[in-house]
Amino acid sequence: MYDTVKKIPITLATIAIFLTLLHYSLAFGSNVTPVKGDVLPEIKITVPQNATDRSYLGLERSGFFKIPQIKATIVIIEIFSMYCPYCQKEAPEVNRLYSIIEGNADLKDKIKLIGIGAGNSSFEVEVYKKKYNVPFPLFPDENFSIHKCIGEVRTPYFLGVKINDDGTHRIFYSQLGKFKGAEPFLEFMLQISGLKQEK
Amino acid sequence: MKKHAKFIVTLSVISIFLYSATAFCLSDAFKNNIYNTGLLKPTDSVLKVKVGDIAPDFSLPVVSGGKISLGKYRGKKNVVLSFVPAAWTPVCSDQWPGYNIVEDIFDKNDAILLGITVDNIPTLFAWTNQMGKLWFPVLSDFWPHGAVADRFGVLRSDGLSERAIFVIDKEGIIRYIGVGDINKRPRLEVLVNELERLEK
Repeated sequence: MYDTVKKIPITLATIAIFLTLLHYSLAFGSNVTPVKGDVLPEIKITVPQNATDRSYLGLERSGFFKIPQIKATIVIIEIFSMYCPYCQKEAPEVNRLYSIIEGNADLKDKIKLIGIGAGNSSFEVEVYKKKYNVPFPLFPDENFSIHKCIGEVRTPYFLGVKINDDGTHRIFYSQLGKFKGAEPFLEFMLQISGLKQEK
Repeated sequence: MKKHAKFIVTLSVISIFLYSATAFCLSDAFKNNIYNTGLLKPTDSVLKVKVGDIAPDFSLPVVSGGKISLGKYRGKKNVVLSFVPAAWTPVCSDQWPGYNIVEDIFDKNDAILLGITVDNIPTLFAWTNQMGKLWFPVLSDFWPHGAVADRFGVLRSDGLSERAIFVIDKEGIIRYIGVGDINKRPRLEVLVNELERLEK
């Protein structure tokens, strides 16, 4: 009995050291912001319940999905927050980007737009979606798990991902900051992704 | 052995504390001007009021000029007091900009929001300017330092206030108190639920 009691601090210390190492590996190991040429970190997102969003992304009915499973050639990801003044200010212009893409028969099936609400609950994401009439799918990241995976970037942050026919993918754009208008942004995305030449 | 055990237990506590570190997300609106406070003790004060009490009245200077007293809303509006610890710190800078897009929820519940910190007016002026135009008044509890926070029991030993929310009804009665972990932003839905429970 005495021996067991004696072992408690050692067991506690072992667990604590393990958790510390885990914390630091999460904090400083995998949590690097992906750059051009990288693949996305392992991110799993819940398939939207909303049929319109599911259809837009070409996803199955339930479960989780990974971003490269979206039926598109290019996926533009906006890391936003309901609490971010720049995201709020730029929301109408990002919506316009969506409208331009959806209004272009050549692009609408090739480019998809999603938003990930860093640290936002489902409720907070819905508030933002309703406030700014965001027409594309937004996903909550309530406990910052996705946000941590991509290096805890400031918001708004944009990632451009190109999905190849064989299912592999590469990041072609990774940028913090102000969105300088829907048209120039789209033009730039088309150029640097190589989609313009493929058209 | 005793010494050894003490060391191990201390190490354990520190490690668990580090592991529980919280994440936050910063808007680029603040650029590199946010001071990282690191992880703070979650709470560090003892409440001096409780749900059902009449809220202590106060009068504080407002960033936009003049003074606001809590009593002026008695019989007219429900009031939400949002104490945030300090300007130019990570979580605080990402709390009020969220409230800034839900004025309609406050209106629907016949409520006004009063944002309060222990910072002085010039600091609050510069900080809140980065958030865009706020629809709610921001009050300075700078001098006597943190006196209002202290009357509610949310002044910490380091002179900051807690991250605290008080919902006060039109009769001046405290209907909800939320003193959360200073390192975490409170969920908007909790506040909205409390507002919706009030009589309009």
